[in-house]
Amino acid sequence: MAKMMYRDAVRLTIAEEMERDESVVVLGEDVVGGMGTDGGPEAIGGIWSTSTGLFDKFGANRVIDTPISESAIVGAAAGLALSGKRPVAELMFADFIGVSLDQIWNQIGKFRYMFGGKTRCPAVIRMAYGGGYNAAAQHSQCAHQILTGMAGLKVVMPSTPEDVRGLLRTALRGDDPVMFLEHKALYAVEGEVPDGDWTIPFAHARQVTSGEDVTVLATGLMVGIAEAAAEAAAEDGIGVDLIDLRTTSPLDEEAILDSVEVTGRLVIVDEAPPRCSLATDLAALVANKAFSSLKAPIEMVTAPHTPVPFASELEQAYLPSPDDVEAAVRKTLAYR
Amino acid sequence: MQLSRDELIQAYRKMATIRAFEERLHDIIATGEIAGFTHLYCGQEAVAVGVCEHLAIEDKIVSTHRGHGHCLAKGCDVTGMMKEIWGSREGLCKGKGGSMHIADIDKGMLGANGIVGAGAPIAVGAAMSCKLDGEGRVAITFSGDGACNQGTTFEAMNMAVVTKAPCIFVFENNHYSEHTGFEYAVGTQKDIASRAEAFGMKVWRADGCDFFAVHDTMREILEYVRAGNGPAAVEFDTERFYGHFEGDPQNYRGEGELDRIRETRDCLKIFRQKVTEAGLLDEAVIDELNEAAEADVDAAVEASRAADRPTAEDVLTDVYVEY
Repeated sequence: MAKMMYRDAVRLTIAEEMERDESVVVLGEDVVGGMGTDGGPEAIGGIWSTSTGLFDKFGANRVIDTPISESAIVGAAAGLALSGKRPVAELMFADFIGVSLDQIWNQIGKFRYMFGGKTRCPAVIRMAYGGGYNAAAQHSQCAHQILTGMAGLKVVMPSTPEDVRGLLRTALRGDDPVMFLEHKALYAVEGEVPDGDWTIPFAHARQVTSGEDVTVLATGLMVGIAEAAAEAAAEDGIGVDLIDLRTTSPLDEEAILDSVEVTGRLVIVDEAPPRCSLATDLAALVANKAFSSLKAPIEMVTAPHTPVPFASELEQAYLPSPDDVEAAVRKTLAYR
Repeated sequence: MQLSRDELIQAYRKMATIRAFEERLHDIIATGEIAGFTHLYCGQEAVAVGVCEHLAIEDKIVSTHRGHGHCLAKGCDVTGMMKEIWGSREGLCKGKGGSMHIADIDKGMLGANGIVGAGAPIAVGAAMSCKLDGEGRVAITFSGDGACNQGTTFEAMNMAVVTKAPCIFVFENNHYSEHTGFEYAVGTQKDIASRAEAFGMKVWRADGCDFFAVHDTMREILEYVRAGNGPAAVEFDTERFYGHFEGDPQNYRGEGELDRIRETRDCLKIFRQKVTEAGLLDEAVIDELNEAAEADVDAAVEASRAADRPTAEDVLTDVYVEY
């Protein structure tokens, strides 16, 4: 058991996989950082410190610093994946998927299907998402609600350093394109990580707290928010079955439906705006497949349907809080 | 460098096969027997074959929505392609891709593409892969004058130069992006190659209707790129005999334009004239190659008509490797 930060878990896992499999290649803007400057290569080592040291260890052919060209970064990852490599491309901020959407949506997500299953496309696209940094509307968004809707992509949202380790290993060893969404407010969070070469399969949700009164679903940063709410509710004897979905595509439907069958009450916590989102998708799933188990309307705790605001007061109001989640838990319990 | 008789025969047969394949599709699509959008390559055969005759299976190509010629030139199976365009489950992509998305990874053909300009970044990635393997392989991206206006093409050219990726940007300037003329849509009003030059690439220009010009130019480019000099670009001036898509009435063409290019700019005619005048192949051999190409296409059409259709269950397969 070692204690490490979320960001270190990312870097260490990539380094180990590069060591283990020489087809793993890293690329992205400033994944090296400092190229072409007096400071020299590795002056930055990745803006999230998730690639520091990789260039020195593996060289310029396997750690490729690119210009700011998100379409070309994801497109190159597609080309690398189609020609036998395992690219790990970094988009920096999830907001930048907009610039590269064709390569994500029409290319890597569709190759396998369009080409009749005769190819694999093992590209992992990493990006930092989410609010909490006063980074405003173009550097704070979620992307999972968009990416999950695209058939052909797998979407992973780790909430702990341990999950980063297990899920990133699975992503890098699998043969499908994976969108690996790292929450920027989690990078400095520390956690215990088991030693050894273990993996976490996709579509295996994690039960964070157990309880028989209300099911709460969350991903990424929202898991900690919901956990704080569950702890507060527990003081009044309310048992929350908090489930960290970990991957939104594929989705662990069984874990969700089993829990709702016991509790009969569901609160969905999602950092993205509410329309056509993960929250509405999960609500539809449960309404469709576990309707008879429900004892109360499904509650959704989400950001409002606005871009992410800048000012601290506004961003705090925008993001779901433990109080918001606790209020939703109590509301669903009060329903008669 | 002089081509051997066998090489000439092989090159012409490939060009003739593409021509027969496309002309036949043109006729059949008009009857409504095949569904979907199809964009014919007819007229540009010398480029695909002149480029791909130099390539080994390990070299990669990335194609366009007008991709049949590139696929055939890189060695994709004629019948497998025809079945794919027919939407058969026996097609090269099991009927999931159709005309615009034919790929055969085992042949180094990394896909036609329904999105104009999407191929260039993919080719840069394939070229990075070739560089990493260190065996002198290259990746080629075909783009038209339409794709040369897409930002992806600009990003790809810059990234290839920065990373010294052995990528060759082949621009097929057929003077039309969909239904819009080159003179209007390409702001330089001059050529495409000068754009590549501006990104710091060594650039070639040649007549894309002359197989020998294409072939000789590609030899030089490949020597340069395989030697580790980074990417290169070439612009071939070529002609598109049919419309943007099949069914396009082409009322944007000038009067007599299509007759003129068929008469004076047909790469098959130019090839025939050159080899017969030089005494390299005689007329009868060329005629036989045309007949052989027609027979191949006949067989492909027959097989496609008889081939299995996909079933509703097939919709769900091959989304992921594992779920």
